Amino acid sequence: MKIKDRAREWWRTLSRPSRHLSLGFLTLGGFIGGILFWGGFNTALEATNTEEFCVSCHEMRDNTFAELRATIHYSNRSGVRATCPDCHVPHEWTHKIARKMQASKEVWGKIFGRIDTREKFLAHRLELAKHEWARLEANDSLECRNCHAYRFMDWTRQILRAVQVHSVALEGNEYTCIDCHKGIAHRLPDMEGIPMLFGAPLERDVGRNSFRRESFMSE
Amino acid sequence: MSEQGRGVWGLGRGSERKHPKQRKYWRTAFVLALFATAVFAAEQVLEGDPVSSDPLGPGLRGTAPLHEEPQAPRMARVENFDIRRGRAYTSQPPTIPHAIEKYEITRNVNFCMYCHARVRHEQSQAPMVSATHYMDREHNYLAEISPRRYFCTQCHVVQTDAKPLVGNEFLDVHTLLEQERASQDDAGGKRRRARETPR
Repeated sequence: MKIKDRAREWWRTLSRPSRHLSLGFLTLGGFIGGILFWGGFNTALEATNTEEFCVSCHEMRDNTFAELRATIHYSNRSGVRATCPDCHVPHEWTHKIARKMQASKEVWGKIFGRIDTREKFLAHRLELAKHEWARLEANDSLECRNCHAYRFMDWTRQILRAVQVHSVALEGNEYTCIDCHKGIAHRLPDMEGIPMLFGAPLERDVGRNSFRRESFMSE
Repeated sequence: MSEQGRGVWGLGRGSERKHPKQRKYWRTAFVLALFATAVFAAEQVLEGDPVSSDPLGPGLRGTAPLHEEPQAPRMARVENFDIRRGRAYTSQPPTIPHAIEKYEITRNVNFCMYCHARVRHEQSQAPMVSATHYMDREHNYLAEISPRRYFCTQCHVVQTDAKPLVGNEFLDVHTLLEQERASQDDAGGKRRRARETPR
């Protein structure tokens, strides 16, 4: 058993005290090596956590990013803006790593061109959107709340309609931002049967069914 | 007559009776007059002689000379007060009293209907779209908004705080009726008074 012998040999080397290298060297070396490794890891992690990285792929640049540019989260009067990871990657470290591990599937998708044309992207938009909605529903719209805190909303600065809905829907923790604010930064997919506004699922898809059924397309 | 005598464009048959020198004088005067008119007109345009003193008139570019780029007026802001506006006439589509900037009305989704649909207006307290919007063109009621009414912004629009570019003399029908009644009353009153006063 060659592999077994080799493994045993490695274990022997690792489990015994060093013969040639000093404890100081090993400790300090380990320390410095650790810093280098950790620093490199974090740098790489942060590099993938920028908008430049996201839009370096045409799938994001031509579809989702192009749509974002027309919204208030990209351009507004005070110039404060959200970049891709502000909304799509958790800020807290553990959750961020978890999301980054999930993203390995997105790398897979990129390599095999799952949404490398506009048509493919549109075909998958609902599925992709549903992932994000589910994530934001699960974490109580954490990425929204990183900036938008309910407690600091000034009702006098909101229009009446918004005050009515926000003060009721958000106070009871019954609803969360994404229940109403789907499509806030991107265009919406086919919304048939998707709960929207006040979080309440519709009995039927409002308005749109009839449009599809009765329109010229069916003739 | 020689070639010279054929008039300005070589067409003037009647000019043959006149002396060549006389004709030449008129030709020069005509060209000079044309030139002067052109120069005067050009000056007028370049100097931007205002047709009216209205800063907005005569056109969108106002009184700015043609060779200068005037400062564009500020973009008007969409009114977002959520207070229903009146209607100028009975069949006027109501205007939208709130911003709709990012509301999608596409094949995928109609944002307006999330609040204004019959099944939503109780919850949202938004006015329900009128019953006619649920009718097809044979006047059958549908369960949902009729496809021909699907694109809300074809008729319903937001209002901005922009000042009107042109004036208008529109009068509400009730104002007209009242005016008519008032003038009739006036006339009637005069007649009555005329009858009552002793001769």
